[in-house]
Amino acid sequence: MATILSTGPERTAPPRPRPASGRVTERPNWLGSLTAWIWLAIVIVPIYWIVITSFKTQSNYYAEHPFMPPAEPTLANYRMVIEADFAQYFLNSLISTVGAVVPAVLFSFMAAYAIVRSGGASRFLRWTNSLFLMGLAIPLQATIIPIYLIIIRLHLYDSLMALILPSIAFAIPLSVLILANFIRDVPKELFDSMRIDGAGEQVTLWRLAFPLTMPAVVTVTIYNALMIWNGFLLPLVLTQSTDKRTLPLALWNFQGQYSVNVPAVLASVVLTTLPILLLYVVGRRQLLSGLTAGFSR
Amino acid sequence: MSAPATSVPRGSARRGSLAWLAVPALLLFVCFGVIPLAGVLLLSFTSWDGLGDIHFAGLESWQAILADPGLPHALWVTFLVMAVSWAVQTPASILMGVFLAGSQRYRAVLAVLYFVPLLLSHAAVAITYKALLDPNFGLGPGLNLALLTQDWLGRPWLAFGVVIFVVSWQFIPFHALIYQGGVRQIPRSMYEAAELDGAGRVRKFFSITLPQLKYTIITSSTLMVVGSLTFFDLIFVLTAGGPGDATRVLALDMYKRGFQANLMGPASAIAVILVLVGLALALLLRRVGGRDASHSQLEGA
Repeated sequence: MATILSTGPERTAPPRPRPASGRVTERPNWLGSLTAWIWLAIVIVPIYWIVITSFKTQSNYYAEHPFMPPAEPTLANYRMVIEADFAQYFLNSLISTVGAVVPAVLFSFMAAYAIVRSGGASRFLRWTNSLFLMGLAIPLQATIIPIYLIIIRLHLYDSLMALILPSIAFAIPLSVLILANFIRDVPKELFDSMRIDGAGEQVTLWRLAFPLTMPAVVTVTIYNALMIWNGFLLPLVLTQSTDKRTLPLALWNFQGQYSVNVPAVLASVVLTTLPILLLYVVGRRQLLSGLTAGFSR
Repeated sequence: MSAPATSVPRGSARRGSLAWLAVPALLLFVCFGVIPLAGVLLLSFTSWDGLGDIHFAGLESWQAILADPGLPHALWVTFLVMAVSWAVQTPASILMGVFLAGSQRYRAVLAVLYFVPLLLSHAAVAITYKALLDPNFGLGPGLNLALLTQDWLGRPWLAFGVVIFVVSWQFIPFHALIYQGGVRQIPRSMYEAAELDGAGRVRKFFSITLPQLKYTIITSSTLMVVGSLTFFDLIFVLTAGGPGDATRVLALDMYKRGFQANLMGPASAIAVILVLVGLALALLLRRVGGRDASHSQLEGA
């Protein structure tokens, strides 16, 4: 991906006398702030509506003003969703997400480390790198039919493993790109001193590079977890039975079944989003700064 | 995978142990990325119903697909979704990114809230908007607003507009954050120099901010454009391609032919077209941006 590099003397303006400090102060950016606040309303209003409506009873839903909080809040909708086996679907989502994210991040880190450290000296690694870069440009959903065929031939159809293997593969290209960008920033001297101390690549990888790029690792982990947790196409095509359903698929089925009961449908939306919201609250700083840094380079 | 820890500082052994580190990732990517990619091309020359045996069928699927008026339509809808969602999202995200790059405290809070739609799954977002826009049970009748009480998903152009809106709702904040990162990397001194020359805010935006964001714009546009090819789940749950074929994009066309009509051959041909469109777009955007990243250092200096 193309980059912006901010440093370097050729970028800075020729030296001039510094302006009087008063002149640099920012005037308010009216257009920008207006857009930002309007957009905030557009983002918040539907979310607010989802949350309050999920606590209304079905009969009150039609009677009350849509934007007023429920007069008699009820948990009945949530009970109904949980009784519709959502614990099982939650567990399926959890297993397939953790099962895919952990190997995806570890393998991507190893590959990114090798690609950066070889510095183009190894033809095999250069070739591997271009293959991953090509993977970024390809809409991987287009490969779903052969993946379906492979999963059938491996006798993995309708299992959580069927979701895990392609999810890892789909996560690798972007993860390698972002992680490699960050490993490149580790000062060369640190690698050199490790080598002088006689440490092998394995030791350098896990004892030096991994801890030093922890923020990037966390970013990539959260991002991939989000993608896999919310994935829809793979579960739709590669699983069949009810007890292998993941949350997005369960949502879709639940909505098809109870489309008239809007509060219950919205309760299912809230319930399936809560875990990822918790993850976001914990890793927010990492994710936001890591993503902007990763893509803005 | 035991690495030779001692001696041979620059020999082949060291390089060999490095190469081994890339093998697990490469193996998985080849098995479930590269082989399926080749497989989709091969399958487009076969006939298969998804269950039985696979037979070689030559150019049959391709002939059927290329003669089908559904293909130009799906291509057109895909292009429209891509172009319109790009045209809506890009100016809004640049504007918001520039704003968010400022330093006031509450902007950080805004950034946190903006990101929430991106956490929701496409299925959840689509289900929410389906309920919200329902002409009988949705927000419109609830508020007694005639303007909001329309058959949003039942009329072709309205349904198309809803798809664009929902896509923007979910992704503008993400791109705004990318632009925020880009704006923060523009050297302050450039603005100071422009201010000395008496440039106003608008002039500074068009003469400094926008040209300096060139590579960020290309990155963000690449993500938007290639990403728009994969809006499968959102459209599938929201409109299922309807009403009629109004929102039947390529990815949806592939799914419906393959997994609903059990015509894996023609569906694979559509998938090949999808891959080619994605590759062509990515190459085009790279050409526009210029290959060499170090290029950006010299421009606009």
